[in-house]
Amino acid sequence: MAERSTMSRRRFIKNTSYAAGGAIGGGFIGTLIGRNLLDDQQEAKKGSKTESLPDFNHALMHFTNQKEFQLLSAATERIFPEDDNGPGAIKLGVPFFIDHQLAGSYGHNDREYMRGPFYPGSDFQGYQTRLKRHEVFDVGIKAIQNESKKEFDADFVELEGKQQDQILQKFQDGDVKLKGVTATTFFELLRSATLEGAYSDPLYGGNGNMKGWMMKEFPGNYMSYLNEIGKEEFIKKEPRALRAHIQS
Amino acid sequence: MATTLDKVEVVTVGVGWTGGIIAAELAKKGVKVVGLERGKERTTEDFQHIHDEYRYAIRYELMQDLSRETITFRNHRDDRALPMRQLGSFLLGEGLGGAGIHWNGQTWRFLPYDLEIKSMTEKKYGANKLGSDYNIQDWGITYDELEPYFYKFEQTAGISGEENEFSAPRNNPYPNPPMKETPITKRFKDAAKTLKLSPFHMPSGNMSQTYKNPDGQTIAQCQYCGFCERFGCEYGAKSSPIVTVIPTAKQTGNFELRTHANVTEVIYDGNKATGVKYIDLQTGEEFIQPADIVVLTSYVMNNSRLLLNSGIGRPYDPESRTGVIGRNYCYQILPGATAFFEDEKFNTYMGAGSLGATVDNYNGDNFDHSNVNFIHGGSISTTQTGQRPINNNTVPNDIPNWGQQFKSESIKYYHRNLSIGAQGASLPHRNNYLSLDPDYKDIFGDPLLRLTYDFTEQDRNLHSYLTEKCVEIGKEMGADRVEPREISDHYSIVPYQTTHNTGGVIMGGDPETSAVNNYLQMWDVDNLFVVGASAFAHNGGYNPTGTVGALAYRAADGISKYIENKGQLVKANQSSEHV
Repeated sequence: MAERSTMSRRRFIKNTSYAAGGAIGGGFIGTLIGRNLLDDQQEAKKGSKTESLPDFNHALMHFTNQKEFQLLSAATERIFPEDDNGPGAIKLGVPFFIDHQLAGSYGHNDREYMRGPFYPGSDFQGYQTRLKRHEVFDVGIKAIQNESKKEFDADFVELEGKQQDQILQKFQDGDVKLKGVTATTFFELLRSATLEGAYSDPLYGGNGNMKGWMMKEFPGNYMSYLNEIGKEEFIKKEPRALRAHIQS
Repeated sequence: MATTLDKVEVVTVGVGWTGGIIAAELAKKGVKVVGLERGKERTTEDFQHIHDEYRYAIRYELMQDLSRETITFRNHRDDRALPMRQLGSFLLGEGLGGAGIHWNGQTWRFLPYDLEIKSMTEKKYGANKLGSDYNIQDWGITYDELEPYFYKFEQTAGISGEENEFSAPRNNPYPNPPMKETPITKRFKDAAKTLKLSPFHMPSGNMSQTYKNPDGQTIAQCQYCGFCERFGCEYGAKSSPIVTVIPTAKQTGNFELRTHANVTEVIYDGNKATGVKYIDLQTGEEFIQPADIVVLTSYVMNNSRLLLNSGIGRPYDPESRTGVIGRNYCYQILPGATAFFEDEKFNTYMGAGSLGATVDNYNGDNFDHSNVNFIHGGSISTTQTGQRPINNNTVPNDIPNWGQQFKSESIKYYHRNLSIGAQGASLPHRNNYLSLDPDYKDIFGDPLLRLTYDFTEQDRNLHSYLTEKCVEIGKEMGADRVEPREISDHYSIVPYQTTHNTGGVIMGGDPETSAVNNYLQMWDVDNLFVVGASAFAHNGGYNPTGTVGALAYRAADGISKYIENKGQLVKANQSSEHV
């Protein structure tokens, strides 16, 4: 059956007038990242009798430049913002999820056909860049910063939320020229990686404290719904992560 | 230099459902079989951490490693084909059990109409219903001949199901009762009944109860955990080759499995297949495995590719419409609708791969086509397979796909949307086919297979007709909003659609227009059998595995007959121009 998570190109072109509400001011990103780490530690402390460990996996494996990582963070937050439902991408740990994924087989397209020759291809032929995903992100993030300087004479992280959305929308629509890859390909990677980080098992560093799942009322992994599947009412359950499957 | 091994009676290329069935049936009769599988060995114990949407459903851990081999794709034969660099439209299996590990288990019998589609269509609607660009043809076998083999597969796989008035006729009930009724399946059935349709529970390879099959293999009861398609089953509760036919073959002592064995060529002396050449992917060593009988039991794409790369059979030419290898490639058409509910929440995170309800009123020739501009149709179902959060962010069409509004709407509708979908038949068109790519190669330097495919007028007409029916059902189910699914301007290799690829090495009664006979024995090479959905002369309105299983049991019978008598098992159609 067809997946329903991705919009057709035609449909997202139709939505170009869209701009999301809410704003994140410049300099706030760093605060958020700091607070997120703190929250995690406090919650971990509450939950366990032994002394909690700091979140050592919140460090960078792919990015070498913190400004670029902050730009990535700000962009993911616009795609999946904090709102009444709960935390946004940053608090969920999505930027670290993406950074870590870019350093591994996802970022290096290990299980994909990357032999030449490379040609642009039609809209129906899919990923045809010679760049690997980690390179696509590097190129894309530099381009977001350039576009921000050009349009608003400011760093992307310093823009108001609506201005950031305007920039991102130009990327989704393919209205920015990038080296070696289309802006749309980059944007769709950024968008899908953000959702992956928000909702994958917390083992990957996103979906912090399973809050992505809690917002969505997805219970993670349970062994059996045999005795509940026939029931009429909606059944809400405490989420369970894969960690519970490790026998120690 | 390749090492030549001792000759065996039968070698199979690929060990999934078809390779497993061939191995089990022959090994039980005392025939020595070697199964070559390019992936790794897998057991139920390897799936203890399978409830991981990201690893298995998004990053496709169980599927083919495309860095070694992929296909190339173009919409039309005048375009340049480019590699399918990432998995998308369909998911190719790899490893022991093949795609039979990560299928959903929806198991159907194609209709009598499917097997004699050309004759039956012409008889009822005349010769020009579709126009001359479509290669529709009979399969060279009738439903009555195939019926016992359908049942044999259902018994082996333990299919759970219930009678359906439009189904292909059955001589026996399903081996297991249907799966559980849920508020979602009931909602669909009630709506369908109001619309004067005939709903029933989907036939399922997820067990409704613990089951012991005729070979003595036990399949556990399904737990409805919601991790089925794209996943292996951690309970051994989804019928698969690794819990049924492969253990059966192994227990005979007559079956030898070799994993990491990547076959690159069928060795052919111009008359007979003499064996296969393969590379051990772990050591890099090259081997020649001589055999009396070679059976290609890999996926649709690879069955065609191996024949083309080995120079066996006449390649199909779309210009002259001659040749048979690569002919009649078909996909499937997926009409449908999404039903949004404002005030109700469903337990959509629970489910099983073939938990669902279906109507067959618009499938095959179950309705009159006199006043519509297409033939065939499709089954319409709602399924409750387990909606996981990364892959299911359904929002109404007027909502953007990122940002605050997207976030809140996708969260809101996560448990408030149901999909009604059809699997529409796909009919062969002269311009849709498989061939070798002139430019792109795999890691061994052999040409990749090239897919040339686009939707046809028949597809579009069928799509709009069935979509309308899906919308009607969605409205009757009480949804506040029902959105029809659109068909794109051209077929795209990017978004996941279905893994139901068919054709390329098709069966039939006439060697001019088919590659294999109704035992799936090649017309040109009588000790070479090519088994799988590659034999389908078109694609029907159901999941293909039930029919693939039936054809595999039929082929196993054919191979047994061949061992006794040698030679061609079927007399070619007399009306054939073939000399």
